[in-house]
Amino acid sequence: MQVTLKIFRFNPETDKKAHYVKYKVEAEPNDRVLDLLEHVKGFYDGTLSFRRSCAHGICGSDAMRINGRNYLACKVLLRDLHTKRITIEPIMGLRVIKDLIVDMEPFFDHFRSVMPYFVNDEPEPAQERLQSPEERERFDDTTKCILCACCTTSCPSFWANDNYVGPAAIVAAHRFIFDSRDRAAAERLKLLNDQFGVYRCHTIFNCTPACPREIEITQAIGEVKRAIATGKLD
Amino acid sequence: MKKHQFEVVVVGAGGAGLMAALYASRTATTAVLSKLYPTRSHTGTAQGGVGAALGNLEEDHPEWHTFDTVKGSDYLGDQDAIEFMCSEAVQAVYELEHMGLPFSRTPDGKIDQRPFGGHTNNVTGKPVPRACFAADRTGHMILQTLYQQCIKNHVNFYDEFQVVDLILSNGAAAGVVALELATGELHAFHAKAVIFATGGHGRIWEITSNAYAYTGDGIAITLRRGLPAEDMEFFQFHPTGIYKLGILITEGVRGEGGILLNDKGERFMEHYAPKVKDLASRDVISRAMYLEMKEGRGIGGKRYMYLDVRPETVNKYASLDGRKRPDGSPYAVTGEEILQKLPDIVDFCRTYLGVDPVSQPMPVQPTAHYTMGGIPTDKFGQVVIDEQNTVLPGLYAAGEVACVSVHGANRLGTNSLLDLITFGKYAGLKAAEFARGAAFQPLPADADDYIRQQFDQLLNNGGKERLSNIAAEMKSVMFDEVGIFRTGEGMSLALEKVRELRQRFQQVQIEDRGKIFNTNLVNAWEIGCLLELAELTTICALNRTESRGAHARDDYPKRDDVNWLKHTLAWFKDGECKLSYKPVVITRYQPKERVY
Repeated sequence: MQVTLKIFRFNPETDKKAHYVKYKVEAEPNDRVLDLLEHVKGFYDGTLSFRRSCAHGICGSDAMRINGRNYLACKVLLRDLHTKRITIEPIMGLRVIKDLIVDMEPFFDHFRSVMPYFVNDEPEPAQERLQSPEERERFDDTTKCILCACCTTSCPSFWANDNYVGPAAIVAAHRFIFDSRDRAAAERLKLLNDQFGVYRCHTIFNCTPACPREIEITQAIGEVKRAIATGKLD
Repeated sequence: MKKHQFEVVVVGAGGAGLMAALYASRTATTAVLSKLYPTRSHTGTAQGGVGAALGNLEEDHPEWHTFDTVKGSDYLGDQDAIEFMCSEAVQAVYELEHMGLPFSRTPDGKIDQRPFGGHTNNVTGKPVPRACFAADRTGHMILQTLYQQCIKNHVNFYDEFQVVDLILSNGAAAGVVALELATGELHAFHAKAVIFATGGHGRIWEITSNAYAYTGDGIAITLRRGLPAEDMEFFQFHPTGIYKLGILITEGVRGEGGILLNDKGERFMEHYAPKVKDLASRDVISRAMYLEMKEGRGIGGKRYMYLDVRPETVNKYASLDGRKRPDGSPYAVTGEEILQKLPDIVDFCRTYLGVDPVSQPMPVQPTAHYTMGGIPTDKFGQVVIDEQNTVLPGLYAAGEVACVSVHGANRLGTNSLLDLITFGKYAGLKAAEFARGAAFQPLPADADDYIRQQFDQLLNNGGKERLSNIAAEMKSVMFDEVGIFRTGEGMSLALEKVRELRQRFQQVQIEDRGKIFNTNLVNAWEIGCLLELAELTTICALNRTESRGAHARDDYPKRDDVNWLKHTLAWFKDGECKLSYKPVVITRYQPKERVY
């Protein structure tokens, strides 16, 4: 079948402003949107620029706005979109560098700001630290994050003020705050107890459906808010 | 050209690169250069587990792991290096856990383990649970954990810097040249030690589990600088890729009891590997699938088989096999347990196939997966450049790009992640140690000349050939003729074709003339790397007139230890390929017939 792709284009070296270009391509219902982009780049216009790597929803390179919603281009199939007209734009809230490529540095800065690493300075045992399956399960959901930015760049609070650390950074903090082996929960909670921390989340809920890893993001943020309020991690 | 100076430069930010960086940065100024953001690296797609004989569920020993790896390698692995890796494994996994890696847990709180292909109890010959796992995203957890630790330790990252050349000076490594993707500028990174950790080149083949980024940059760069590649004829095809897409379905599915079935509903692996059946090593299973399909027993006569992990199937065969849980009760699973242990596999199948593995079998076919060959190194990651294993001072390689060789002719599942953490660590330690005692070699003034010539040629050649056609033709002929089964005739055809494509590539068209994120130019340069490696792979495969591990020839169906128990070394010089050999290190295990 034939589909029409309407793709956001901006080349800072030649364009004064962004515009859209339409491409008509032959496609199968099982094609990934990424396959269509590759097809356009390979056979219509080699200048089309976008990031991609693993092509199956694990590396997190190809977050973009497809028909007005954030997806990974490799994890949304044509048949899932229920239309033959597809608009593809860069994710919002981050500066566009070229076409579908945005500046990811502010996103990673926020990630790095919440101590997204394991802290435990107690002497290491000779073998593994023990953790029950239940303790491990407590933070399982947030270990799935691939830092694609689909959540943060779907968040109106982040669009309104990009000083907000955003859902992805809170998810990263959650993964450690609720890990029974970690010892820096209090410090992370203090970092997030800030006007640009969890309180910018107004539970608008855009992030959760945007997550290609199906992480319950709003719930995770709620748990962090509750831990700040109660000082308890249960 | 901008210049930077670090004692150690690491190229690539997957598991091996990040591990190297963590260790090197303890004592030396260290920078990591990666063409992707580190968390985009291909390590993240590894699923099933990392091999280590912790013995958390059943008796196990590093010696058994060593023997299984030697046997899996079809006796082409160097036994000193394999023994080193398998005995380091236990401590390495504990170390990852101490870094916070969220392994799945046993009821008593230890790291959980599952069986994997080729890993056995050496007394009974039965599968042993040796793969330490974090659900079915073990690679993701390793990559994230190592990146997190790098952030904690303030490692310097140059993200989206694509390394395109190696600088050698006075016979030693002196740095690398990198293209900053965001600006199109070239940078020289002056270093005392360089560690290549750039991964493999599975994008040569049409059906592949490998990321777009897997274009063999490291091997291509070192070949162009006159260094050899080792054992390039050995490339692994994983038995279970999603039909047509090649996306990996972990061997862990079979570890949890999943069964491969043909069109008649037969568990065909019983005929090919009577003892361990669906948990034979990957080369054995891929060949069995190929033969079944060739004889018309693919599903509906097509080129795929079913991988069935529905609880009723798992429980039926577990009962027939007499499989037991650690407490001695019969092994059985429920749909919820499958979901809990294999959540990503379930998600992939639902997303890409519209199939729910808990209630339907998965259509699978062999998929290009892993580069056993690569840049020759010793067990400390030092690059060695000839038959006598002469070290090139200051140059290191680790992970899939390197050929130690611990995988020989066929890698065992879970040993890739083990390879990354073990040899990444030692490459980092050794590079930093070397840097302490070494001076910077002079940086040549024309360090970027060679890559400028390459880019000029790509950009200014008249542009008649479409890059995507060249790439597609390479992938197709390589999958058909230099794949799971090979013949002299087919490979000669492939060699002719690849050489024609390399000629046509001289007139490849680059439409993007800009500097900023010129992915058109970068992709072309990468396809150039793949074409060279495709040619070299084919030459080496044609040259080796035997069948061993992943290199299976219809015209030479037997392993030939008299003539071929040796590693291939290959150089490209002035467009000509030169081949030589070096012996396999054999310590405790004399080669014998390989039966599963």
